[in-house]
Amino acid sequence: MKKLLSLLLIALLVLSLTVGLVSCGEKEDEIQTIDTPYKGTTLYVYNWGENIANGEDGSLNLEKTFEKIYGINVVYTTYASNEEMYTKISSGTVSYDVIIPSDYMIARLIEEDLVQKINYDNIPNYKNIADQYKYNLFYDCGGKDGMTEYSAAYTVGMVGIIYNTKYVDEADVADHSWNLLWNEKYSGKILQFDNPRDAFGVAMYRDHLNVNSTDRADWEQAYRSILEQKPLLKGFVMDEIYEEMEGENSYIGAYYAGDCLTMLDNNENLDFFYPVEGTNVFVDAMCIPKNAKNVGAAELWINFLLETEYAIENSLYICYASPNKTVYESAEYREELGDDYYSILYDIPEQYKKADGTLDTTIAQYFYNQTAEIKAVQAELWNLVK
Amino acid sequence: MRATKAAKIAKAFKRIYTVLILLALYAPIVIMVFYSFNALRSTSTMSFAYTSERPFGYWYAEVFKNEAALIALRNSVVLALLSGFISTVLGTVAAYGLFHLHRRRLRAVITNVTNMPMMNPDIVTGISMMLLFATTFAIVGSGQTGFVTLLIAHITFNLPYVILSISPRLHQMDRNLPEAALDLGCTPLQSFFKVELPFLFPAILSGFIMAITLSLDDYVISLFTSGSSFETLPLFIFNMARKSVPPSIYALSTLFLLIVLALLITSNVIQRKTEQKQGAH
Repeated sequence: MKKLLSLLLIALLVLSLTVGLVSCGEKEDEIQTIDTPYKGTTLYVYNWGENIANGEDGSLNLEKTFEKIYGINVVYTTYASNEEMYTKISSGTVSYDVIIPSDYMIARLIEEDLVQKINYDNIPNYKNIADQYKYNLFYDCGGKDGMTEYSAAYTVGMVGIIYNTKYVDEADVADHSWNLLWNEKYSGKILQFDNPRDAFGVAMYRDHLNVNSTDRADWEQAYRSILEQKPLLKGFVMDEIYEEMEGENSYIGAYYAGDCLTMLDNNENLDFFYPVEGTNVFVDAMCIPKNAKNVGAAELWINFLLETEYAIENSLYICYASPNKTVYESAEYREELGDDYYSILYDIPEQYKKADGTLDTTIAQYFYNQTAEIKAVQAELWNLVK
Repeated sequence: MRATKAAKIAKAFKRIYTVLILLALYAPIVIMVFYSFNALRSTSTMSFAYTSERPFGYWYAEVFKNEAALIALRNSVVLALLSGFISTVLGTVAAYGLFHLHRRRLRAVITNVTNMPMMNPDIVTGISMMLLFATTFAIVGSGQTGFVTLLIAHITFNLPYVILSISPRLHQMDRNLPEAALDLGCTPLQSFFKVELPFLFPAILSGFIMAITLSLDDYVISLFTSGSSFETLPLFIFNMARKSVPPSIYALSTLFLLIVLALLITSNVIQRKTEQKQGAH
């Protein structure tokens, strides 16, 4: 019996040690290696979960490809929210070399001196990023002509409404309004975000309020709108929305455009639009924390992810829009994605355009980092809602 | 006649009740296993119409392409085995020591103190451990959370369960047993290894298995004590929350389940055999 136990333990150990070594891709084999002084070092990357091409679904495993090219060992860990990432970074118990926070969080990290300036000379592919994601971004615009100093955009996106054409009448959708989420006809079949920022956001666009308002009255108005909406809701959800919408248990919901493509893929009755009143636009960008130990390798990694070939692979896997103009200008990428999806991700809806054709950020609004006071108001009202 | 009828109904109720409980316990797992063989990506429909594009076992093949997921699985298994082993050794020694402590009040105090990590909500244990590490690093001047801190944390929350599993068995032991061994010429050390330890073995084993299961399972404490170099499977899976969880994760969880199942079956078989052997004496 002891034999049995020890055999089992040995089997487990062997399994656990070999399992990581099972190699896969045929795709990675033809790769040319490049020598750099960082060969043999280790790079610590901290990213959102499921936010990089990883070899599944016929994609290229980018982490492995990078390791092969540069001989740098990549240790990759993940987080589920900006706040979780912030807790780790600010605790001072860990150091990462590259992190990928969202816009408002980058503003906060810069303010608290937790990220460092990036030397773009070492990232030649930075030129691939479209100008609108290099200049005058509210979270990072201290450089020359309002250029970024601390970040390099990774993915971008907007929130929109996804609905089921089988159950929702064409007439109710015709005006492309947030009011669809308040339509009593679909009572019990409507989904709302399960996080206060996005949920209040939805109510505030509908009521034409500024989502970055510091006036308590605005938040209370949004709160009343959500209360009015609550009896109509199937529930407050995050990733449960996939199953709800794909399985046709719910008919209407709001979610991030890139993720909506996944749902459209799985159920052909679903359709998507951007509401006229306005919406949330967001950017996730790569940053190097202040206490990074391997800045050189971090720059190589950022440069690698901005390289056209790999950025296309990555964008096709993640499904979010890319800020990389060599990606969205690529015919190959457009063809693989399909014109419908391409249009959802990249064509700015007329109602969000300024006269010169660029995005009007007073309508497609960024979420700014909130003051402690407003955060408290939001938390208090959210508790009342739930 | 009536009595037997009532008994029959009672029996039927018992059966239905058992089935319902088993259903509530295992239905989610069974469904997950089914979905790991789904021919579609979506969880809204289950289909077994395999295509050449997605043949049978496709999601299992996908898992083996996802290196990050496999590393997370390996990390979890290594951490569980190691923390399980260390906490079992420490727990056995602690339980043995407590048993032989004759000052009752002291024993009660120590027992309660060791039980504390068990009563504490995970989040409190997690945050306080993170603070402990942060303070230690600040005093030492360097250091990072990672494998070692995770290991320490897992040993900490495993320990009381191991002690709790061994103590009752110790109290069951006939006190004359070690004395007889000493009389027959054993040194105290020999008596411990040859007489007491074999008697305790089933309890030690179940403590070990319990520790492994708890460690594999933990999310909250790991969240606060993990670092940039070591991610466990529960953390990895939970962090997919913003996106939809791909079916390959169901496949991975099914593999995970098989590991746990194998552990449980082995422990039961071993316990059974030990009991039979001891019963025969």
